[in-house]
Parts: sequence; C-alpha cells; structure tokens
Amino acid sequence: MSDAAATYFWAGCAAGELRFQRCAACGRAQFYPRPFCASCGGEPCWEVSAGRGTVYSVTTVARAPTPEFAALAPYAIALVDLDEGFRMMTHAAPGLAIGSRVRIGFHRLGERMLPRAERE
Amino acid sequence: MPYVTGTGDTRFGRLEGETTLTLMAAAAAAALNDAGLERRDVDGILCGYSTVFPHLMLATVFAEHFGLRPAYAHAIQLGGATGCAMAMLAMRLVQSGQCRHVLVVAGENRLTGQSRDRTVESLAQVGHPDYELPFGPTIPAYYALVARRYMHEHGVSEEDLAGFAVLMRRNAGRHPGAHLRDPITAADVLASRTIAAPLKLLDCCPISDGAAAFVVSAAPTSARRVRLRGAGQATRHQHVSIADVGDLGAGLAASRAFAEAGVAREEVDLLAIYDSFTITVLAQLEEIGFAPRGKAAALLREGVFERDGRLPLNTHGGLLSFGHCGVAGGMAHLLEAERQLSGRAEARQAGERRLAFVHGDGGVLSAHVSLVLERE
Repeated sequence: MSDAAATYFWAGCAAGELRFQRCAACGRAQFYPRPFCASCGGEPCWEVSAGRGTVYSVTTVARAPTPEFAALAPYAIALVDLDEGFRMMTHAAPGLAIGSRVRIGFHRLGERMLPRAERE
Repeated sequence: MPYVTGTGDTRFGRLEGETTLTLMAAAAAAALNDAGLERRDVDGILCGYSTVFPHLMLATVFAEHFGLRPAYAHAIQLGGATGCAMAMLAMRLVQSGQCRHVLVVAGENRLTGQSRDRTVESLAQVGHPDYELPFGPTIPAYYALVARRYMHEHGVSEEDLAGFAVLMRRNAGRHPGAHLRDPITAADVLASRTIAAPLKLLDCCPISDGAAAFVVSAAPTSARRVRLRGAGQATRHQHVSIADVGDLGAGLAASRAFAEAGVAREEVDLLAIYDSFTITVLAQLEEIGFAPRGKAAALLREGVFERDGRLPLNTHGGLLSFGHCGVAGGMAHLLEAERQLSGRAEARQAGERRLAFVHGDGGVLSAHVSLVLERE
C-alpha cells in the first residue's frame, strides 16, 4: 500500500514529470519523497526535476526476481545523481558507466511508466 | 561478565525433511550439551526469524516446542546482523542481571522449504517498495551497485573479489559441515555466470538449510573461558539508494565495539566477518581498517587472511561456502570464533588465538553489529 507521496510521484512519471521534494526550511533536496524533511523535520515542497544527472553506479541484472522481470532480463539498474542534488534508482539504457551524463526518460512496464536513464 | 559457554549447530546444505523448528531444536540441544546445561537452567531465550516459517512469536513457539519456560524471550529481526545483535543483547541481559543463561538460536530450511524463486523474491523485499522494487532489483543487484561504485573509487578488480570466494571455499574444505567444499579457482569465479554485473554466481553465497545456537552465561560453565568483551552497532541507511559507499556503518560499529572492549584493532588476531557476497567482506575489511582502502586483495595474496596468517578470516568458510540459511548463517561466524579461541576448530585450528573480531551486516550493508571475543 503506497502512501500519498508515492502516488503523487508515480502520477508524475505517468505524465512524463520526474517529481522530487525540496525542504522549504533547510533547502535540502529529498528523495525518496516523505511528508516531512528527513534532515530537519521541515515541510517539503514538490518540484519537477530537469531530469539531467550523472550515473553514481550501475548494474545489469541477469537473474530477475519475478517472471515479469525475467521477460525483460538482462536489464540495467542505475543509481543516478540528479543535478538538483538528489539520488534515485532508475532503469538504465545499456552501456552506461559510472560518471556517464544522462537524461531521465520514461518507459512503460505493465501499468507503470518507469524512469530510465538514457545517455545525454 | 558475559561468557559464550556453549555452541552448537547442524551441518549446512541440503537437509531434506527438516523444518525451522527441528533445525533450531537440534542446534539448541547441541549448544546446551556443550555448555553442560539442562533446559531448566535457561532463563532467557533469543531467536531469529525464518522466512519459511514467518511466525509472529517464534521465540515462545520454540520455547514451548523445545521445553523451556524462560523468564525472558523474544525474536529479533535485523537481517544478516541478527545473530550478532542477539549476542549483543544477550551480553546486556547477563550484564544487567536479568538472566544467567541466555540461549540464542536460529535455523531455517531455506533451501528445501521453499523454491529458489520464492527466496530470491522475498529477500529482494528489503528494497524500498515504492522507489526500488518497481525496477526489479534483487539482493545481488543491490550489492552489485555497491560493488561497482566501490571498485570504481578504490581500484578494486573482479579478480580481487574472486580471491575471497576462493579463500572461503578453501576454508570450507576443512569443515565437514560446510555446504560447498569442492575447491574453486579465481578463473572459475570469473567464468561463472553473471547474476548482477559485476557479481557472478561464485561471488554470491548459496541458499542453505541449517541452524546454529549459542549460550551466553554470567559465568563459565566449563574449563573454557571465551568472553564477550565488547559490542557496537551502527545504522546509517536502510536502502542502497541512500547508502554512502564511503561510510556504510561497519567502521562505526567496529569502533564502538573496540571502545567498549578497551582494545585496539591492531590487537585482534582472528576475523569472522559477514560475507554474503565477495564485495561484502572486502568493503567491510577496508572500512573497519583491517586493510587500507583498495588493498584487502593484496593482503589476501600475501597470505594475511589464511589460516596460518596474521588475521585468519572466516576459517569455517563463511556464508560464501559454509553456507547461508538466514540468521544462523551469520551466527556461524560467532560459533567459529568461539571454537578457534577455545582451541576446538579441529582441522581448521589457526594455532593459538586470543582476540576475535566478529561482524554481521543486514539489509544492504544497512545494519551493522560488531563483537569482540576474548579467550581469557
């Protein structure tokens, strides 16, 4: 059962928007979204990321966790540092490496539009 | 003063026909026998969890099943750090006077009790349900993300990682209870199939059946004198998306354990460090300071971590080869440390050792518990 923040984040992905939070009190960018700033307890505001960032790490999954993902394997998963100052997990285009500059796009998997890092 | 007065376990591997409770009972009986204690002597029980038998109250279920009426009982869930966390709590229960003999036990028929697919899927749930699981990660994928970054920052190669898998297999070859005992080479590790790049099958621990138990007592119950001298914990993140690969928490937990024990890291002469993947043990050795950053594999090649080296590491074969049945997999490190310190490690005996460092981590290097054990 997802909370309201997760529902809002994934609705953003469906609309082609990468939504994240920034604390109104301390200015810290926050991901994953929560109803409070995990750093200072202040109130976070939603912003839309420009979707540009740098690959912090990346792996290619060969052994998938479920039949749904087995159909997709092998697939790449990255941790991306977005330029706004937050890090998130995304799917990734093949061939990306640590330090690659990327732009976040979206692709459909089942019911969801999933963020995917593409080479910029 | 808390002493480890008894240890007991089953062999690890494929144990057909066993259940969580039968495995736990076998290890518990062996640990009590080793300590020279009767069921009625046990006044505290701590137990882990079982993914095959996810009961709400496993400690009291086991107490009834085994025939105990403890004055203190509950289960703990802290992933791979659970065993060390139970040892730390058992120390506190004894130090506070709450208990005289605490039985710590875990077991699971993780290999034969459920399908491999179900285990892979259920373990992946330590990821964030809303912001990680939608991308289809697995436990090896989380550790692969740590590995890639760590290797990038510190110049560690896949061959460096492979060396730890080879050492664990060599060690397991000397233990009749180990799950995987056939020798392997670095070339075998590098040629094994990719699970989540850069981690390959032989960089990953197996899924096993098995159980382990130990008793922590307020005073020795035999001529053996192995005491828990210090413990420390740290948690800096739960999810890999939040983790700082440069400061995962292992070093902080270790420094707290050394501070409580009043010993310096340099005095340690035996290591038992959680090794769910090759990267797990390499990164933790370096973060704790048993090797400089990026140099653990070089020390391994020099023989430092061999049975006859300066710092023998996981002489039972670790999770990578002794096996991993969940909570008991992490407890096996403590059992091996006790057996080495008390001179009972048989073909694995690493000479005379006095001060052991034991470390467990749970999640994705998320929960850390360090212990210092000493032979008086």
